[in-house]
Amino acid sequence: MAESRYMTINMGPQHPATHGVLRLLLELDGEIIVKAEPHIGYLHRGIEKLAESMTYPQALTLTDRLDYTSGLSNNLAYCLAVEKLLELKIPKRAQYLRVLMAELQRIAAHLLWVATHALDLGAMTLLFYAFRERETILEILELATGARLTPSFIRIGGLASDIPAAFLPRVKAFVEDFPRRVDDYETLLTENIIWKKRTTNIAKMSAEECIQYGVTGPVLRASGVCYDVRKAYPYSSYEDFDFEIPLGSHGDVYDRYLVRLKEMRQSNRIVQQAAEKLPDGPFAAVDAPLVVPPAKEEVGRDIAALIRHFKIMQEGFHPPCGEVYASIESSKGELGFYLISDGSNKPFRMRIRPPSFINLAALPKMIEGQMVADVVAAIGSIDIVLGEIDR
Amino acid sequence: MAGDLLKEAFPEAVLNIEEFRGETSITIDAGKIREVMTFLKENEKLGYDLLLDLAGVDFADRSPRFMIAYLLHSMRFNNRLRIKTTVAEGASVDTVSDIWLAANWMEREVYDLFGIQFNNHPHLKRILLTDDFVGHPLRKDFPVKGADFDQPLQVCLEEER
Repeated sequence: MAESRYMTINMGPQHPATHGVLRLLLELDGEIIVKAEPHIGYLHRGIEKLAESMTYPQALTLTDRLDYTSGLSNNLAYCLAVEKLLELKIPKRAQYLRVLMAELQRIAAHLLWVATHALDLGAMTLLFYAFRERETILEILELATGARLTPSFIRIGGLASDIPAAFLPRVKAFVEDFPRRVDDYETLLTENIIWKKRTTNIAKMSAEECIQYGVTGPVLRASGVCYDVRKAYPYSSYEDFDFEIPLGSHGDVYDRYLVRLKEMRQSNRIVQQAAEKLPDGPFAAVDAPLVVPPAKEEVGRDIAALIRHFKIMQEGFHPPCGEVYASIESSKGELGFYLISDGSNKPFRMRIRPPSFINLAALPKMIEGQMVADVVAAIGSIDIVLGEIDR
Repeated sequence: MAGDLLKEAFPEAVLNIEEFRGETSITIDAGKIREVMTFLKENEKLGYDLLLDLAGVDFADRSPRFMIAYLLHSMRFNNRLRIKTTVAEGASVDTVSDIWLAANWMEREVYDLFGIQFNNHPHLKRILLTDDFVGHPLRKDFPVKGADFDQPLQVCLEEER
């Protein structure tokens, strides 16, 4: 580096603070970042391509592996898209359970975020507290879905099964306890002088810049833009629940932290309402015998049900030709599925709108002109998951 | 609404308007894409300020072969609109990455996985795959298992090139 004043350094893909296999090429003038270029794709598995060779029910399992911190949310987004294509009506009980699970998953994802983000910035204590609550949520979800990471529990037409009897009491116990825990996290960080110095006025984005870059989710709301898919295009009966959309004003790392903490409280409220108001009824659409497989007892008793089960598992179903887009507010932002059907049993094209991918594109804008030490804070504040970015 | 305004402003460019499951898709002549997009973004009555998604589609046996679908959202009026345009194999389409910065990476992805060229894109490079990757995987004629599945793994260090 004889003539150039700038030094180029490489960060990642094996770097603990890049939350996976993100590689950044940073051009530095002393400690100031002049140019940053993210290199991604290390986790590319070709999920969109794979889906084209799978039937609609099979492709569901791929969605678990997008944002692996919130598998149920991904399931939900995919199912909503297929159901829109099929014009299925989902029973209220299934809708409420979907909301309940998606919100628990959001809390779990935000807990993982706050734990690792604080750890990146040197506040280690929080990790142990946040992971304790996350563990409780994962145990609750495991009780119903049988899996911690890749549940594939929300199915096209409803759910894979009804919830066990022990599920609701445990959810209620968690909901009761959780606000107190968030207070604990806040005592550790919100007024902490070191935390504030590391996060305020770092990686700022104005509302206009966020919209220009297509940023969604907590990052957008921390800049003061009220856009949340749950309110803008309510899905799965979100209009039945009473909750607020927390907003920030400065669009810096600190506001993103505040927005996510408030979101956890709001999600807790939604879970509480869903658990209290949970209606009785079927857990999957009853008028869609060609989409929803028959119950297990029926399969053992009735040869027609066995054949139907076999057909759904082997061949799937044939939605009408057309294209739909359905999206949800995942913990990272707007997660959308754009499906094109050619009338066959496999999606002709499954395009995923990954919130992390699009939010990450704004990272260079956030960190250019900032110090190297703040890169970690900026990456943490976007809350990226590389499984979703690279697909 | 958006369809009527577009038809009024660009009678030649609007090729088709369809409605499916409550979603509006408007097909636009690829040559006019920049004018139409600027209009959609700047028009007072529309205000599509957020580019939500940009997807490529390969129709294999159809002509023109490729389609690009832009999904827009208007913050002010809270609605979505899909704009579609078709691209023939080997042809290129104008970039919208200066209208919405969000399109920068999305167009790179479409270039990477479909091989569609975008004119005047500031940094049209592969994004998910490596620079030396051969082929465009989301094309229908690309095998799912990969083109070189039965070939021995090539190890190529940067210095050896």
